[in-house]
Amino acid sequence: MSVGQPGAERPGSAPAAPRESAARDWRGPGWGFLVKLLLMMVVNAVGGAAVLSAYHARSWVILGVLVVLLAEADWIYFARRTRPLKYLYPGLVFLAVFQVFTLLYTGYVAFTNYGTGHLGSMQQAVDAALIQDERRAEDSPTYPLAVVRDGDVLGFAVSQDGEVRVGTADDPLSPVPGAALDDRGVPTQVPGWEVVPRATLFTDADLQQRVVSLRVPVSDDAEEGSLRTREGATAAVYTSSLVWDADARTLTNTDTGVVYAPDDRGNFVSAEGDRLAAGWYVDVGFDNFVRAFTDRAYAGPLLQVGAWTFAFAILTVLTSFGLGLLFAMIYNDPRVRGRKVLRTVFILPYAFPAFMSALLWRGMLNAEFGVVNEWFLLGADVNWLGDPWLAKLAILWVNLWLSYPYWFLVTTGALQAVPSETLEAARVDGAGRWRQFRSITLPLLLVSTAPLAIASFAFNFNNFTIIFMLTGGGPAFRGASVPMGSTDILISAIYQISGVSGGRADYGLASALSIVVFVVIGVVSALAFRQTRKLEEM
Amino acid sequence: MTTSEVPAERRTRARRARWWAEVGWKYPVAVVIVFYAAFPLVYALSASLDRRGSLAGSGALFRSVGVENYRALGGTLYWTWAGNTLLIGGAAALGAVLMGAAAAYAFSRFRFRGRRTSLTALLIIQMFPQTVAFVAVFLLLVALGEVVPALGVNSKLALICVYLGGALGANTFLMYGFFNTVPLEIDEAAKIDGATHAQIYWRLVMPLVTPILAVVGLLAFISAFGDFILAKIVLTGEGNWTLAVGMYQWVSNQLTSRWGLFAAGATVGSLPVLALFLSLQRYIVGGLSAGSVKG
Repeated sequence: MSVGQPGAERPGSAPAAPRESAARDWRGPGWGFLVKLLLMMVVNAVGGAAVLSAYHARSWVILGVLVVLLAEADWIYFARRTRPLKYLYPGLVFLAVFQVFTLLYTGYVAFTNYGTGHLGSMQQAVDAALIQDERRAEDSPTYPLAVVRDGDVLGFAVSQDGEVRVGTADDPLSPVPGAALDDRGVPTQVPGWEVVPRATLFTDADLQQRVVSLRVPVSDDAEEGSLRTREGATAAVYTSSLVWDADARTLTNTDTGVVYAPDDRGNFVSAEGDRLAAGWYVDVGFDNFVRAFTDRAYAGPLLQVGAWTFAFAILTVLTSFGLGLLFAMIYNDPRVRGRKVLRTVFILPYAFPAFMSALLWRGMLNAEFGVVNEWFLLGADVNWLGDPWLAKLAILWVNLWLSYPYWFLVTTGALQAVPSETLEAARVDGAGRWRQFRSITLPLLLVSTAPLAIASFAFNFNNFTIIFMLTGGGPAFRGASVPMGSTDILISAIYQISGVSGGRADYGLASALSIVVFVVIGVVSALAFRQTRKLEEM
Repeated sequence: MTTSEVPAERRTRARRARWWAEVGWKYPVAVVIVFYAAFPLVYALSASLDRRGSLAGSGALFRSVGVENYRALGGTLYWTWAGNTLLIGGAAALGAVLMGAAAAYAFSRFRFRGRRTSLTALLIIQMFPQTVAFVAVFLLLVALGEVVPALGVNSKLALICVYLGGALGANTFLMYGFFNTVPLEIDEAAKIDGATHAQIYWRLVMPLVTPILAVVGLLAFISAFGDFILAKIVLTGEGNWTLAVGMYQWVSNQLTSRWGLFAAGATVGSLPVLALFLSLQRYIVGGLSAGSVKG
């Protein structure tokens, strides 16, 4: 009760006592605060753990970013004056890390030669060169060996003078106390590891392969070499004939005396011009862009791919817009019965997941067994997906099938917004149907749909799914040395070049092409925004 | 035949002719369109029920009807992939709704320095799709994975985070417009009653904007469901694949022999999306014209 509130005691006021305002009801921090506190505790715990592991992994950039993000979060959610940020921050963090950063990073990688042969820093390249060059040192000692495993991880356990050391491909050898040895010094029991029985090793060919190719570093320093085995019973130290001179920044082959010095392309090169396979990535300026436009292996195919990307995006938008609009105009007619049912069936292809549509049509257009040939072409063997032009036609056709419903829905809505008085006035003035459509309906329609058409263009410009699922970019260009085909659009060509799914990786060139795509999208969007503003002013 | 009957009959015939010219022809055309729209789907259903399960001879519709293909799905990783897809799509949708709504609320209700700039920046950023930067996404995840394995390559959580990176750009505008239609007087009344901004957000505004929440959630789910390139890059292990990656692998390797399996998988996998889409049709049309595009 609001005792002491003069208004409440005034005689003749409403009999029901007025509800106390929430402000007076305040009794210290409520549930909301508790929830916030709990959430922030979780965030800080997880963040703190991540900071620690960044410290152990020596990823200083990630560590710095984590600390900043965490401190910002604490400040924002416990300070009073940061109200808008309380609502924006989570989204902004994801946006900054997974979108803005990746866009900027693409811009950075585009100016480097990052890729196969140029991964990581110079120090990593030195380690890789040492590892690649490793040979078994003559008269190097052998150690009794047991192959051990922990789940999926294989390791070596070796003994020397009764001390057992265990290491894996990622972790160098380190002593493990409490292991048991047999009389030849082979470890038989290693705490924390399962010793693989010799018999298993002889019968399992896969395992043998893995054991023979396993390389366990002796220590963190790559120059100390590694343990390898040929038969699974003894291990020997393999060391590199290369020696790294950190001051002179050269690698010297101790057998031949050849000196490899770093060049400005991220490679170690000898005086005779021999190059070591391992390199690091360096800034190469506009090389990737120059290569994309002038290298004979890339320029021709990329030009064709670029032209087809534009053709595909424009034709797809035009055809599906046209068909959708046609259907919308026919069935935007109150005299037609069952329009609701018709509409639902018409948009079925759109509701069906796009990647399944593409795969479904891939089967239906199959040259040998596909139903398109069987039903509509009397069993002819038309190789829809194997011929460069037919494949393009097939892609346009399938994309028309799965995207006309979108335009049908959009234009139906837009048509209903066209004022009937205007049309009636035109009719009274003697305008025919075509004239009404051209001079009134279409311009009005374009005002509301042009931005969507542009968005659709941008979407199809990067419509990786339909291309990759339907044709995989094929058929491949004849005689070309690069993995591109006649239905590849830029994004699928980038995918092939980047090598993220295997094969030779060229992140630099791929990122450079991504930048080209970004520029195209940016220019088209900018032009489009100006154009739509003009349309709206009409 | 009397003289008065002839004009009447002629009139009926003329009216019928006019009806055919203006309305009637639309029905046969509708049949053609329905066939065009639906025959691939009917064919997929028929192929999924075909006992032999191969592409060859699947042209004879419903020649044999059995559930062998559906049962055979159990012998593959299909259900694992379906679970992964639901998990990833669901988490991405939930995150997109929560973060998008919070951002839209801030932009719609608070006046702060840099508000207009941030809105413009969002508008520009969202024009550049994440998928084109997939190389950088891949390299980022490789680097993150060395620090936090749960955010590295081949982690579902990492893929969800990548999808959430695009959430703010794609959805804020859609929601911002809708939040602006909720009258500010409601907030003010509650503020006078002593409600905090959090209470206003959760108790007053959120219930009023549920339609747009449903649309954004659905669109985010469908786009995660249909994404291929990012899922293919991030999820390398077979057990972590989504339906898009897994079913692509089926068809790309052995198109002809696994056709029945694919058709059954497609039928099962598309049903929830079809049902959701058709039931929320009304809302989606509004959402589509506000800027989110699939086709």
